[in-house]
This record gives sequence, structure tokens and C-alpha cells, in this order.
Amino acid sequence: MKMIEIKNLKKKFGNFTAVDEINLEIEEGEIFGLLGPNGAGKTTTIKMLATMLQKTSGEAKVCGINVKEDPDGVRNCIGIVFQDTAVDVELTGRENLDFHARMYGMDKNEREDRIKYVLKMVELEDKADKFVSTYSGGMKRRLEIARGLMHNPKVLFLDEPTLGLDAQTRRVIWDHIKTINKSEDVTIILTTHYMEEADYLCNRLAIIDHGKILKIGTSEDLKESIGSDLILIKSHKMRQLKTELAKYKWIIKTEIVHDTLRITLKNGGTRIPAIIKTSEKLDIEIDSIEIHKPTLEDVFIRFTGRKIREEADVMANNRMRNKLRGGRT
Amino acid sequence: MRELNAVYTIWLREMKKFVRSKSRIVGNIAVPFFFLAFLGVGIDASFNLGGSFEGVRYLEFLTPGIIAMTLLFSSIFAGISVLWDRQFGFLKEILVSPVKRMSIIFGRVLAGMTTGIIQALIILGISLILGVPINSFFGVLAALVFILLISMSFVSLGIAFASKLQDMQGFQMIMNLIIFPLWMLSGAFFPLEGAPTWLATLSYLDPLTYGVEGLRWSLLGISYIPWTISIAVLAGFSFLMIVLGSYLFSKTEV
Repeated sequence: MKMIEIKNLKKKFGNFTAVDEINLEIEEGEIFGLLGPNGAGKTTTIKMLATMLQKTSGEAKVCGINVKEDPDGVRNCIGIVFQDTAVDVELTGRENLDFHARMYGMDKNEREDRIKYVLKMVELEDKADKFVSTYSGGMKRRLEIARGLMHNPKVLFLDEPTLGLDAQTRRVIWDHIKTINKSEDVTIILTTHYMEEADYLCNRLAIIDHGKILKIGTSEDLKESIGSDLILIKSHKMRQLKTELAKYKWIIKTEIVHDTLRITLKNGGTRIPAIIKTSEKLDIEIDSIEIHKPTLEDVFIRFTGRKIREEADVMANNRMRNKLRGGRT
Repeated sequence: MRELNAVYTIWLREMKKFVRSKSRIVGNIAVPFFFLAFLGVGIDASFNLGGSFEGVRYLEFLTPGIIAMTLLFSSIFAGISVLWDRQFGFLKEILVSPVKRMSIIFGRVLAGMTTGIIQALIILGISLILGVPINSFFGVLAALVFILLISMSFVSLGIAFASKLQDMQGFQMIMNLIIFPLWMLSGAFFPLEGAPTWLATLSYLDPLTYGVEGLRWSLLGISYIPWTISIAVLAGFSFLMIVLGSYLFSKTEV
């Protein structure tokens, strides 16, 4: 069964098009990733699917239910973990879960059993009766994931589930997400700008930028789609080198992103001598040269023309700063 | 049934938080106590009321005003705490649940009314200790009606503000430019009879005035504005506020 069906979905804020006519289908049981920098339209898409934002045009179905016609039906069938924490820190972990269960109309026995079960799943049993204000960032996240699963949703949305967490905590959260996907039979849709996260967790990915989906596929498909090898060169005269190298037939693509000349080609290792010879002939000094298999990062650069990480981290820092100042993000 | 459960859930959360916030409870008791014990007793010693309130002690006159004042501040605060939920993200959790917005509003208004009654009873207790006589049991019941109407109005008004505001700066402005005038114009501290026309006119436009006068009628048996007018104006105002609060809250997005 298709858990998500999106046709020409669009969202405009004034003149700004946040989501631009996207089409997407997600099957039951998938862990699907929306990969893109901040401001790409990932969160807006999720908000529309979760009935928190009205779409401008197009059509969206979640669990086979039309988002516009039966928003309450959609809400019953989804769980969501928001990008920014959304727990009440003045309540205990258990009370947060209890609040959620009551809002979803679960009766007493069902509530208590389920709370025990989800607490165990995210390993928070010991902390359940402590105030959430005493929780670490990772614990809050785990509590939120547990809460998202309280009412047995068919689809779970995770908006940047590991943003702002340290590497170790991130691993723990990833493992929880994988386990949940299997044990709870829940389809997971997550947004992220972390390549490792998308690579490690997702069966399929959509690369999204400026409100458009640029490419959909498995991580392997996406990597294969940009060729077999990449050679990265740093030098002071990259443009000249690029022009010269572009003349060779065995080079598939050359491009300059930031301070690096990126060359896509087959059998990269055997071509390095030729590249060095060319640069020597032109009297261009090469600072560094490296060869590697394409990663998701390379896929992203190929389709958007820029790096995802630096930009995203700057955005994240700005958001933090705004938060501290008390502004809205 | 599910909606009733949701109303109860929202109410329960507010109650838990109310009971746990020790500083809020202390403040809720201390401030009215200071007003009554220091300001009330102090002015009482050398000030005699005239007109309709001839023979009423100033402390007695002030007690209903302090109840209304406490209700105004605590209710506005209860309503505007939606803004805190917005700031800390919890509003998203509430709004994404399959519950009607009306139930969310009702839960909050009921919670505001509950804490309102608790606080008003505490102040009544304080005033009894300070020597203010209570008119009759019926008077206390009548006072409860006014207490409920005042809390209902201002919790809803608070929710209306919170639905429109995005941050705390706006909250400060509302406190300074709307809540303080409402409080001072309400006749909580002085009889409207003797006030200059311009001031009295402004007071008549202040819905809280009818709350103060209604409470005075209930607790002292005397009021300048007839109780029927007080209750009619206040009931009308609370209805309007519920409609306004619900409407603006239903439009709010996170």
C-alpha cells in the first residue's frame, strides 16, 4: 500500500514558493529520506502532510486519506517528531506521554501499557518520572520519538531527528529509528541534511532543493547515477587546468565547486598520471589530488551545484542564536 | 466523548503546573495580602467613604477590588501562557493532535476559572482574617458567579492576544498598555461616584468595572452600579471574548 501520495504539491508564502509542484510516492514500511539544505522545503512539505499547514495547490494523501478532506483522519494515523523540541519540560516524561495518549483518546489500560512499552523501547524507564527539564538533548529526542509512537501510527515523520546532537547520541537515535521501523511496522519519513544519516538509515531518498525534488532513488542508485570515480584537485590555476582536461574524451565531467576542481570519470586510478602530466605541461602546480568513490555528498553537489553541510550548519547556528535572543525561527 | 477527554487533559496539565509552581502560588497570595494589609489598612485608618458607600470601611470597599485585580492578572496570564507553549514548541504537539480547537480553548478557560476560584477564596480568607465581614452565604455564591465570568472573559482575552503575538516583547506591551489601565480604571481603589466625568466615562468603558461592582454587591450588599447591569455587561463581554479567543486561536498556525 502507498502510505504517501503527493501530486503537484505546492506551497507559496506570499511571493516565495517554498514547495514547488513536487510529486512523490512512498510505500508502506520504507524509511524514506528528504535530503536537502535548510530552506529547501523539507519541513514545509512535512507540515503540509501532517495537516499543520494548508497547501496552496496540488494533492496529498497520507495513509490513503486526503489531507484536505479529512485532516483528523490523517492526524490519527501519523506520529510526528518536530525539528525543535516540543515537550513540556515542567512535566515528567511519563506525564508528557500520558498527555499525548489522552489527547488521542486512549483509555486507561491501553495508555499505561503503551507508555511502559514505548519507554522501554527508547530506554527511558529509569527517567520516566523525572521532570523533562532535567533531560539531556538526546533523552528529550528519544522521549519525543516514544511519544510519536504512542498511538500506534502507521506513518512517523521525523523532522531533522538528530539536529544538534553529538555523534554518539546520533548513533543511538539511528539505531532506535531502525528498530522501530521493523518492530512497529511503521513507515518513516525523515528530513535531514546529514549525508551519513541519509545513507545509513534510508531505503530511498529524495534530494530536494529550492522546493523542487531533483532526484529520487536508493542511495546506491543516486551514487551510480553520477559516474564511477571522482578525482578532486586543489590548485591555484584550476580554471586553466579544467579547460585543458575537459578536452579529453575519457573525462565525463569537470566542474569547480568552492576551491576544488571535481572530475568525474571511469577508472580514475589509471588516469591520474595523465592528469599530472597535463598539469606539468601547462606548468600548473597541483596542491593536492585525491580520488574517491562518489558519496551522497557528491550526488548532492552534482545536482545542486553546492555543498550541503557548510551552509546548513551556518543556518543551524543562526537559528540557535535567534533562539537565544528570543526571536522566532 | 473524545473531545471531553481532551478538555479534561488540557485542564489537568494546567492544574499540575499550577500546583507545582510554588512561586506563582506564593505570589498569588502575597500580592493581594500586601494590598489589603498595607494599602487597605493604611488608607482605612484615615479615609472615610461618602455617597453610596457611606459608612463602609475602606478595607471592605477594597476587598472585592483586590479579588477582581487578582483575577484579571491571573486570568490574562493563564490565557497568554499559550504564548509560552508556542515559544517552547509544545503548542505544535497540541495542535497536531486530532482534537478540535474549541476543546483546547475550553480546557484552558476551565483551568483559568478553577485557579480563579481558588485564588478568590484565598483572598476572601485573608480579608476575613483582617476583619472584613462577609455579608451572607448567598453573597458568596453570587460572588462566585462574578468570579467565573471575570476569569472566563480574561482567559479568553489572553488566548486572543497569544494567538496574535509571536514573542514575549508583545506581551510586555499588552501588560503596560492594556492590562494596567483596565486594572486602574476599574474602580477597584476608588468609588466611581466622586470621579471627574472623563475618568468615570473611561471607567464605564472598562469591563472589569462591572466585575468589581458586581463583587461589591455580592460581598458588601452595596454597589454603585446595579448588579443586574453588572452581570449583563459581564456576561455579554465574556461571551464576546470567548468568540474572539476561539476565532483567533482557530486561525493560529505554528
